[in-house]
Amino acid sequence: MRGNPGIGNLSWRFIRVWNRNMVVYRKIWFVNFLVPLLEPVLYIAAFGIGLGALIGRVNYHGAPVSYVVFIAPALVAITIMYNSFFENTYASFVRMYYQKTFDAMMTTPLSLEDIIAGEIFWGATKSVIAAATVLAVLSCFRLVEYPMGLLVLPLSFLGGLAFGTVGMIFTGLTPSIDMYNLPIFLFITPMFLFSGTFFPLSALPGWAQKFALALPLTHLVNLCRAFCLGEPAADLIWSVIYIAVMFILLFPVALIVMRRRLIS
Amino acid sequence: MSNENRYIIHATNLVKKFDSLVAVDDVSFHLAPGECLGLLGPNGAGKTSTIRMVYGFSPITSGRLEVFGLDIKTAWRRIRAKIGVCQQDNNLDPDLTVLQNLEVFARYFNIPRNETADRALQLLKFIALENRKDDKVTSLSGGMMRRLVLARALINSPELLILDEPTTGLDPQARHQLWERLELLQENGISILLTTHYMDEASRLCDRLIIMDHGKILVEGKPADLIHSYVGDHVVEIVDPDEEVMEFVNTHGFLNDLLDRRIIIYGEEGDGLFDVIGERLCGKSCIKRLATLEDVFLRLTGRELRE
Repeated sequence: MRGNPGIGNLSWRFIRVWNRNMVVYRKIWFVNFLVPLLEPVLYIAAFGIGLGALIGRVNYHGAPVSYVVFIAPALVAITIMYNSFFENTYASFVRMYYQKTFDAMMTTPLSLEDIIAGEIFWGATKSVIAAATVLAVLSCFRLVEYPMGLLVLPLSFLGGLAFGTVGMIFTGLTPSIDMYNLPIFLFITPMFLFSGTFFPLSALPGWAQKFALALPLTHLVNLCRAFCLGEPAADLIWSVIYIAVMFILLFPVALIVMRRRLIS
Repeated sequence: MSNENRYIIHATNLVKKFDSLVAVDDVSFHLAPGECLGLLGPNGAGKTSTIRMVYGFSPITSGRLEVFGLDIKTAWRRIRAKIGVCQQDNNLDPDLTVLQNLEVFARYFNIPRNETADRALQLLKFIALENRKDDKVTSLSGGMMRRLVLARALINSPELLILDEPTTGLDPQARHQLWERLELLQENGISILLTTHYMDEASRLCDRLIIMDHGKILVEGKPADLIHSYVGDHVVEIVDPDEEVMEFVNTHGFLNDLLDRRIIIYGEEGDGLFDVIGERLCGKSCIKRLATLEDVFLRLTGRELRE
């Protein structure tokens, strides 16, 4: 097996791993839906109505929009990031380490690469389901422009793949489940706050704006906002490319670190 | 076709190294169709490392390993499609029910959904768990879980079953239940590779045994032959042997092990050991019994504690 590791061991059988997670998801689908259903309502209430009353309007592409219109698409982007990242960190770790689910799978014709790909594609699927739910909630508040807003769905799959892959790399490296606090503190929380989510990047000093552009969530937020507000711009293609390249480059890294961790 | 081509497993000069540790050190063995081969050895002997290589879980460091005549390095997917594995850990899927554990596992083998349902129910009947099919696996007893692991390993109708300590931690009832099912499978022609710490299990199930230690094969043979050639036929154990016993053993040249407070004397058939000991030398405490596989195991691997 070592003679031919990596992408070469990947097969379409990864869909079987995806299927296993889907079977489990459907068993508790109600709880799974509840969080993306209620969370945006809470955010809209707190930030949109509460904080929004203090802030009033925010400049977006030179035109003033209400604060709740500004943050609503960011909630979708954050949902995409959270669902895949947490699925491929905590949930994948539990399956790998505590439940030994991967060990059992590796007695079947599934390769380790199939398993990891199945996990990452499953994480992206959870991002899609959650993003669709949030989108539906936001639509009730008339915060999404259609049909452009539907582009969020394919975007959520791509974004889910990218953030899930990052999560999986941490899963390959983390010594224990408690250590996930570190990448969350260093990576997820700063992005949650500084990716043009709750205030426009123009509020930051120049160097910080440049730094924010290096964060993947910034690009996901830009895309979600453009799609939800129905105002796409040509240069957004670079944000799509950024996220796609991030996934393409990091996916083999995730396979390598997981192989190092599990195969000896 | 030569015999070697028909072997289910054929390992030649197999080596497994973990950094500087040599876990499996130049091991060669084979498993013939329909045979049950047992790997015995103390903890750290290299049993699990060996079988993990056989099902392509752990890459081989050097040597050659063929399963069903296919090279494990390149054909591991095809090989795994035809084997069933019970790993040491109970790694049933706790997120799924008893029946779902079998159905989802079948999907990993690409078994079509309509075939899966029948096969899964059949197997649940075989392990007497059909009335628990919708229960969570976490509600099962240790013995039931082990049976379910066996059923799961059979979902792809394997030609080779690999069992890593299948009955460790089970009560006698659960062990016998599992053994009976394994014997039924053997009657149907399945080949088995098994590791165990229980000599009674090895004697009962295995046609042939390999005793390993420190990554090497010490001996190989049929259970009865191993007992006969390494410890003879019967055994006398005497606690606190006096000088007369020692002299008797030395003058007659009986094979023996002298422990701290006990001597174990091994006798051949018809050597009259029992009679002499019984009449003259049996002090306050002496045990006369038949020689067992455990005697062979302890003679060959020593009596010190491992790990």
